[in-house]
Formats: sequence, C-alpha cells, structure tokens
Amino acid sequence: MTDSQPVGQALAAIVREDGGRLLSCLITNLRDFQLAEDSLQDALESALVHWGRSGLPHSPSAWLMRTARRKAIDRLRRAANFRAKAGAVAVLEEIIRAEPEVEEGSAIPDERLKLIFTCCHPALDRQTSVALTLRSVAGLTTEEIARAFVVSDDSMAQRLVRARHKISRAGIPYEVPQAEGLAERLDAVLAVIYLVFNEGYSAGEGPLVRIDLCEEAIRLARLLDSLMPKVPEIEGLLALMLMHHARSGTRIGGAGEMVALEDQDRSRWDKARIAEGAALVERALRRGRPGPYQLQAAIAAIHAEAESFADTDWREIALIYRELMAMRPNPVFELNRVVAVSYSEGAAAALDLIAPLAPVLAGYQPFHAVRADLLARLGRGSQARDAYEKAIALSQSEAEKRFLAVRMGKIAAGG
Amino acid sequence: MKYMALIYAEPGSSPAYGTPEFGAFMAAYQAANEAFARDGVLVLGEALETASTATTLRVRGGKPETMDGPFADSKEQLGGFYIFDCANLDDALRYAAMIPTASYGAVEVRPIQNFG
Repeated sequence: MTDSQPVGQALAAIVREDGGRLLSCLITNLRDFQLAEDSLQDALESALVHWGRSGLPHSPSAWLMRTARRKAIDRLRRAANFRAKAGAVAVLEEIIRAEPEVEEGSAIPDERLKLIFTCCHPALDRQTSVALTLRSVAGLTTEEIARAFVVSDDSMAQRLVRARHKISRAGIPYEVPQAEGLAERLDAVLAVIYLVFNEGYSAGEGPLVRIDLCEEAIRLARLLDSLMPKVPEIEGLLALMLMHHARSGTRIGGAGEMVALEDQDRSRWDKARIAEGAALVERALRRGRPGPYQLQAAIAAIHAEAESFADTDWREIALIYRELMAMRPNPVFELNRVVAVSYSEGAAAALDLIAPLAPVLAGYQPFHAVRADLLARLGRGSQARDAYEKAIALSQSEAEKRFLAVRMGKIAAGG
Repeated sequence: MKYMALIYAEPGSSPAYGTPEFGAFMAAYQAANEAFARDGVLVLGEALETASTATTLRVRGGKPETMDGPFADSKEQLGGFYIFDCANLDDALRYAAMIPTASYGAVEVRPIQNFG
C-alpha cells in the first residue's frame, strides 16, 4: 500500500546526484560538519515519510535543504548548551526567512569545492580522507563504504564521526585554500582521488560485492574538473584513470589470473574512454604546465593507442619516464623506465639499469618480476627462475601469483 | 582559535652550542619570534631545560610519588612550546613550520580546548 520503496529509490538517487551540494551548502550555513550531516539525515528520514504520503515535491533538493535547516534549528535548541548556540539559531532563522519562495534547486549555492578541500585536508589521515570524500562528496552510504573497505559498518561510522570531529575541533578551515598553499593542497586532493581509484583497481578479484571505486574516482575527478576547470593536473589525473579503466575488462583472464599487457585483447578495450582520455591529456599538456599525472597519462595514452604491444613507442615511453623521474624521483618510475628501455634498446641494456635499484626495491614484487623477465629473455633460465620465486613469495594476490607461475613455466629448460 | 605547538626533538639532533650552525639556528628562532610577534599571533613561547632535568609526579592513594626523568619514555623529547592565536589550523601549521626545530625533530600542533 505504501510508495516507500520508489520514494526510497528516488531519495537515494537525489542523494547521489545532489547530496554533496546540499551538504556543502549546509556546512556553510551551520559551520559544523557533523551537525550538517545529522540534519541532512533528519531531512532524508522526514522526506521518506512525507513524500511517501503526498508524492515528490516540485523541487526535491530545495525541500530537503529547507527541511534540513529546520532540523538543524531543532537540534540546536535541544542541545544542552543552547545559550551558546542561540546566535547560530538566529542566523539560521534569518536565512530561512530571507529565502525566496520560488523553489528552484539551482538557487542552492554549490560549495562542493570547499567540501572537497576540507575532506582531503593533509591534517587528516589519507584513508580517512578517502572514506570522508566518498561519504560526503560522492554521496555513498556509510554501509557501502564499509563494504568497499571490508570493515564493519560501526567502525566505518566511527571513523567518519572522528574525522568530522577533528575537522571542527582542530579548526580545519572550510574554504578553498589561497593561491600560496593551493598547489600543495590540490596535490592532496588528487592523491585521495587516485587512492580511491587504485583501491578499486587492485580489488579485481574476490566474491565480495563492492561498489565500483574506479567509477567513483572518475566521477569525483569529473566533478573536480567542472568546479576547477582548466587545471592541467586535474585533467591529467582524469585522463590517466579513464585510460586505465578502459583496459580493466581485459586485465583478468577466465581463470582469475592476471593478464599481461602484451597478452591483453586490445579489441576489447573501451575505445570511447581511451579517446576521451587521450584528448584530455593532450589538452592538458598544451597548457604548458606538465605534472606527474599528465606524464603518466601521456604514457597510458601511448599504450592505449598502440595497435599492438610490438608497435608501442617504447623509446618515447622511456623518455617520459625520465622526465617523470626528474620531476618526482621515485624508484618505481625508474623500474618502469627500465621496462621501456628493454623493448627499445634490449634486455641487456635494461639489466644494467636495473641493478642499482636492488637495494631500494628488494622487497617490491614487480622488481623481481621485471628482473626475471629480463633474465629469461637473455636466456639465463635458472637465474630467471630464482627471480620469479622471489616475486611469487612477495606477491599478495592470488591472481598475480598464478600469473607469475605461468610466466616461470614458460622459461625454456636449461639456461 | 588558540593552538599549542609542542616542539619535540631527539637530544643532540639540532646544532650544538659553539658550532657555526648554532648561530644560524638561533638567528632563525629570533626571526620566527619576530614574525609571530609582527603578525600578532604569539601568546607565549618558551624553551624548556633538557629532559634530564624533568621530574614526573603522580598522586597515588593521596600521596605524591615522584620519578626522576620525563613522563614519555621516547627518543624524542619535549623541548619547548609556543601558543599561537590564529584563525584556523592552516594558519597555525604555517607558523609552526617556521619553528627551526621542525627541520630536525617534529612539532605537534594541538588546538587548545575552548569551554566557551
């Protein structure tokens, strides 16, 4: 008899689409992250009752916003230290009174950029920022995020409450940083979005039903790009993720094993995503301010647009890795450069380059896998097998272990 | 908001008295103090005597018990503090980054509780 299910679905869709904007605007009104979150939840519960009875209002977002503000006033009035909050109530009542009667959703200002920078503030733990951004900006439920990170609902809820508590008590500002600190703070935002993506990317296996974190990361990057247009590193990150995601369907084989780039079925790569990513990175690089995400996206574009593994422009890839190393020295970039060199100049040249990396990367599985591959290509079978054994021992994933074992099995006898 | 910046360092990690680096280190402290004062954010700031001069006190069963040495048994010891009054955490962190010992040890920035 009730319409609560369709109303519930409509509400979930509104939260996904517009929840971040509503929350961001409420935080501006209330100057309190947790109170904004709680009042929005109150408004959603109220909507479930009222909309189930009388149908969806003309402008659902405006309805939710107005209700959330009233709920905030109720909460403030109930609070033990009401006198201290009386000023806040007066301000809210003024906002509600001054609000135009026209119920246009578009009249709600968009403060999501402030929200993103606050959720990704470097004073918060990175994993906490990931969870908070997914909850507050992407509009996922606490339960969905808990499932995605394989923790209990309670501990995820506690982590989110603790984060909002720190934001308010430590005085993390609710604002877009000034020009002087902006580059550094933007780096933190991009790192959080890329963490979301990598979490989804590495979670390829397992029976757990997880929300698609890769899609969420791309959605967040699109949002950031629309709120801060023409920033080359934002475009670079979005391009990078689009191109990785375009190949995701071919990374795992039928038996759950990892499939190497050279063996992937290129006809099954998502052409539309690749084209969008490639155009995006080209536009970003033309702005003349290259950065690590743009360069990694440029490499991904070379891979994605190559007709075959053999046709890949390895020389160009090696050059870009060299540029990346100059910009942000990192032994993993150097290892990737070694791989590119092995295809442009040969395995022997690459083996010379990989040796100096041994002290820093001894505990890193791909280092041993790359070394094993180089040794195998040079016909040094028994050394290659030793290196594969090390790689398999270091691997954390079954799909990867199977992949490495298959590679090891292909080494010609002898050596 | 008021913030306390607690300055921690391993004894002997910053330039020692009598070395040429020590002069520059002290000049950097002076420059930082001047910047804090000029911007009107400095409430108080002091350096502490070495941790070996500390006495730790507990009252148990109504009786004070003392222990020779600092409370925290860690390599890095509290060596001094500042109290800043500034708009938000970003400002507090910006001032804390000017504390020269931050380059050798660590500075913990904590909001001071406001009971208002």
